[in-house]
Amino acid sequence: MTADLLTLRGVHTHIGAYHILHGVDLSVPRGQLTMLLGRNGAGKTTTLRTIMGLWHASKGSISFDGRDITATPTPRIAGLNIAYVPENMGIFADLTVKENMLLAARQAKHAGQIDDERLKWIFSLFPAVEKFWNHPAGKLSGGQKQMLAVSRAIIEPRELLIIDEPSKGLAPVIINNMIDAFAQLKASGVTILLVEQNINFAKRLGDTVAVMDNGVVVHAGSMQALAEDEETQHSLLGLAI
Amino acid sequence: MSLLATQDLTVRFGGHVAVNAVTCAFEAGTLTAIVGPNGAGKTTYFNLISGQLKASAGQVMLDGHDLSRLSPSKRTRAGLGRAFQLTNLFPRLTVLENIRLAVQATRPGRHRHGLNLWSIWSDHRELTARADEILVAVALGEKENELVANLPHGDQRKLEVALLMALEPRVFMFDEPTAGMNAVEAPVILNLIRKLKEDRTKTILLVEHKMDVVRELADRIIVLHNGALVADGEPADVIASPIVQEAYLGISPRDGTAQDGSAPSSGLAPRAARSEAP
Repeated sequence: MTADLLTLRGVHTHIGAYHILHGVDLSVPRGQLTMLLGRNGAGKTTTLRTIMGLWHASKGSISFDGRDITATPTPRIAGLNIAYVPENMGIFADLTVKENMLLAARQAKHAGQIDDERLKWIFSLFPAVEKFWNHPAGKLSGGQKQMLAVSRAIIEPRELLIIDEPSKGLAPVIINNMIDAFAQLKASGVTILLVEQNINFAKRLGDTVAVMDNGVVVHAGSMQALAEDEETQHSLLGLAI
Repeated sequence: MSLLATQDLTVRFGGHVAVNAVTCAFEAGTLTAIVGPNGAGKTTYFNLISGQLKASAGQVMLDGHDLSRLSPSKRTRAGLGRAFQLTNLFPRLTVLENIRLAVQATRPGRHRHGLNLWSIWSDHRELTARADEILVAVALGEKENELVANLPHGDQRKLEVALLMALEPRVFMFDEPTAGMNAVEAPVILNLIRKLKEDRTKTILLVEHKMDVVRELADRIIVLHNGALVADGEPADVIASPIVQEAYLGISPRDGTAQDGSAPSSGLAPRAARSEAP
């Protein structure tokens, strides 16, 4: 078993005429929480989409649990026990909250088969999911949709959780709940990769960090070391975290 | 007299009352922050004011005129400017073209030139100059020729604020303007809002979850919870109130009761009640 669950080596991605990723090297250690930071347009979301096969890497390699997934179609990548929450959340607006959750719970054929204990845990984290269980998901507020998107990703145990900006649009109390939830998931052995703009969120949760700029990873190391090194923060992110 | 006011503003979706009889007045030259838990009705309240949603009951008044029966576009012409929580741009046009359209919208009738080519060119130059000025203000000057569809999320949010500025409204409504922006990019937008506020002629409504931003910018905070207006006052007082501390910030009151002696009315689960990950 390799120490890194997910590895990207020299990954290039083109979107139409645009060359977005210019050789991304990224290692996501098993059982840790890795933060992917960087300015808007640095290539963070494209990196996540390339991992999931939603954009195809034009060069380089991506391996998950020792297996090359560079050219694997998205449904098969998802089937490798990876949960992904995209930037646009991917909520099915015409389905109810329950139906959205049921789609993500691959082991359950109907709501009664969803792990009750896990569902109660999710309800305690995100009360809106329980409150609007039988309502169309399209009627939820922006923040509630974000809660539903994260709930879908954690409705069943997954080996790798990839989330694009989990805290976006959420009230402070819900962000606190989410930080607790990720800490608990990590303690249960889940590997997590997050793109996040909320620096406090990143500092409180991150074990390892990778900073992107102009389509490449320009810094990789421990989150704590970066948090203690103001000079590097300024040069990489333009701010002190 | 207040510039903008809502009177018993209400909307029901089936049996659910999303905004419940909200009566509130906003003075010219002030910035009011609207806070509340996710799903409290903040964006819906904005939708009712801007006309994107039809109210079940109540009124929206701007400068003494009832806007309640007007379409969203007529409300915009009356002076209500709204930036959206989700981006609402023309993705297949360039950054500059998006702004130029908005600037053009503020100059009705100016585009009727017949075949006067000089006039067309001169107006085009003026529109472009104003659009450029706005793009520089939001730090998008270098990206004016990029297609909006290719802009990263943060830049799309900046463009949205630029569109709003181009419309030169009397009321600015910002719905989480810095969501999805990092700690370097967010200040660009916040500086713009700060400048609008210093102008002291604009009325600004700001939905924002970042409490440090709210503390710094707001003259006043109102709190929505389950669709109702539950607190209204000076920022320090409102932030210290039990309903904000518990329902919004997630800090439990020491004795478990609100200041008025009643049990906290939060619909949110207390943090202590949470179970561990199964």
